[in-house]
Amino acid sequence: MTAREDVLARIRTALGDRQSPPGQADPAPGQADPAPGRYRTSSGLSAGDLLSLLTDRLSDYGAAVRSCTPAGLAATVEAALAERGARRAVVPPGLDLPGIDLSGPDLPGAGLPGIEYTTDDGLTARELDTFDAVITTAALAIAETGTIVLDGTPGQGRRALSLIPDYHLCILRDSQVVGLVTEALPLLGARRPLTWISGPSATSDIELSRVQGVHGPRTLEVILVAAGG
Amino acid sequence: MNAREAAGGSTFLGLPTSPRGVGHLRGDEPFPVAARRALADAQLRRNLGRATTTIRAKRARVVAELPDWEELREAGSAIKAQTMANLDGYLTQLEAEFTARGGTVHWARDAVEANQIVTGLVRDTGATEVVKVKSILTDEIGLNDALAAAGIDAVETDLAELIVQLGHDRPSHILVPAIHKNRAEIRDIFLREMAGVDPGLTDEPAALAEAARLFLRRKFLSATVGISGANFAVAETGTLCVVESEGNGRMCLTLPRTLITVMGIEKVVPAWADLGVFLQLLPRSSTGERMNPYTSMWTGVTPGDGPQDVHLVLLDNGRTAALADPAGRAALHCIRCSACLNVCPVYERTGGHAYGSVYPGPIGAILSPMLTGIEDNASLPYASTLCGACYEVCPVKIDIPSILVHLRARHVEEARHAARAPDPEAAVMAAAAWTMSSPARYAAAQAGGRIGRLFVRHGTIRRLPPPLSRWTRARDAPVPPAQTFRQWWRREHQDPR
Repeated sequence: MTAREDVLARIRTALGDRQSPPGQADPAPGQADPAPGRYRTSSGLSAGDLLSLLTDRLSDYGAAVRSCTPAGLAATVEAALAERGARRAVVPPGLDLPGIDLSGPDLPGAGLPGIEYTTDDGLTARELDTFDAVITTAALAIAETGTIVLDGTPGQGRRALSLIPDYHLCILRDSQVVGLVTEALPLLGARRPLTWISGPSATSDIELSRVQGVHGPRTLEVILVAAGG
Repeated sequence: MNAREAAGGSTFLGLPTSPRGVGHLRGDEPFPVAARRALADAQLRRNLGRATTTIRAKRARVVAELPDWEELREAGSAIKAQTMANLDGYLTQLEAEFTARGGTVHWARDAVEANQIVTGLVRDTGATEVVKVKSILTDEIGLNDALAAAGIDAVETDLAELIVQLGHDRPSHILVPAIHKNRAEIRDIFLREMAGVDPGLTDEPAALAEAARLFLRRKFLSATVGISGANFAVAETGTLCVVESEGNGRMCLTLPRTLITVMGIEKVVPAWADLGVFLQLLPRSSTGERMNPYTSMWTGVTPGDGPQDVHLVLLDNGRTAALADPAGRAALHCIRCSACLNVCPVYERTGGHAYGSVYPGPIGAILSPMLTGIEDNASLPYASTLCGACYEVCPVKIDIPSILVHLRARHVEEARHAARAPDPEAAVMAAAAWTMSSPARYAAAQAGGRIGRLFVRHGTIRRLPPPLSRWTRARDAPVPPAQTFRQWWRREHQDPR
């Protein structure tokens, strides 16, 4: 008997008291949520309230937040990078940043003088470790928990990209903000690799006192781009 | 079925428990002996008292923010019960989905088999060093020892696990394995054991975290094999989920070419939407945060993103033996948040080491004996005052006090079957379970209890006759009232005014 057969047989023995016979007792998962609708599945907040809640929760966990219009995005990005002293930024393929030339490392000064952009084309981990900043978009944000979620689609990059540089600048459109964790899951593709980010990396392992900044980016900044325009 | 019948041996069904001689589910000495030594350590008690007080307040604050906390607990409990009732179906579905997306699934009956599988997989890559995400399960099975025996160095990357590993110590808490160490002790460990550390290192938590960052950065960037546990695995989609704070998890799950995840079979959840419940319950109960900084989810292999050789090891190691006990199987619902440790008056004073198992505290007192067989952890079901605080905070509503009493009764029954005399407290607990399951017996016993008034001196009971003298040796027993509540009720309500 293989280990697989053995473990499954043990489970069936252990569940000898269950009502339906094994094999017929399996409801189709996903259609059998045993307690649907009892907990909240909608925050009921207005768009404005969602934004202020998200801003509050991001700030509470040490993420910086700034807002801008679509027309002001390029200037806002460059101002954020300059304030952190970031000179070399890496971006994922497919990032759309009108007003900034991201075409390659050979064109420094395309944006503000002194900031150099490189598009990730399969850089090694050590190469990623040489950048000051990474700029990405996100799939959505959850206001109640102050969470942004990246799913690796164009503009967000592979998982290592948003992990290794020490400063993560994330661009989010207002319309991407939902209220609750339960609202976010149906919108996310389960089969994409997902990274949920709530503030900068942190640890509470020493006397349970929170230290911000361990292995992941020590600085997280979110730019909220207003709808329209 | 009452506890007595459940304990009659019909629940074991011959299912094997976790094997002896491997892993860390059993202590070297019984709880009372280990606890007595821990209680004498004033530094340990200060560290624990401070830490558990902090985390209790944080948890209470964020739980109070959610208007539907009780509904989420109900849902978490119901989802877990449904999972256990159909565990075979969900596991085969998980296997099919994970495999369809390029992953490889392995099954392990016990710790020995799981260690062999993982060691073999690492050997196949040629790696001599692996980076590990914090995983209690791999500690349960003693994976690091098995890898070391094969010449493979396992580097713990969670800060607390690193402190424990460098200190040649054992974890003492589910969430914060180094909770028993304060900052000065941690600094000393780093100065002594961490290669290349700055000799001027201070004991500021930020400085200590920075030292760990520098030390581990090199390991992450060159790692070829990562090993993790899993907080959840979704049967419907084949998705694995790991929650963490530091980013060490993301490093291990993303940078190596090969990723091996070892998971207890009870960690599967049926549906994608179920994560919406557990990702609210777990961080608020565990670290007292609205959400932990990082949660990673992956489904098999994603071309061009992360590990391209992905394995999942599904482990039994006594879990089916626990599942076979209808009155105790809810222990398998645990999502390892550690809230029950932080509120437990026993844990707060003894710390985690006294429990002897990687699962300490109230949940450990029921889970460890069920995984090993009660005989091998016989003192743990008694390591509780049955105050009920653990049940109050449990995010999936595991009735830990009732299972503790049930396991005490099972222990007595098993000892009787083995023709060995159980200790007097065990016998009393079995008798209590029998008595309290019948209103008539309970009333009669209460009336009989008033005989205790014969032993009253100066308003309290200082000494009872053997075997009850063992109880009164350490504390006074309350004096039974002259009439029971039931007698008072009957008199008040039958006498018309």
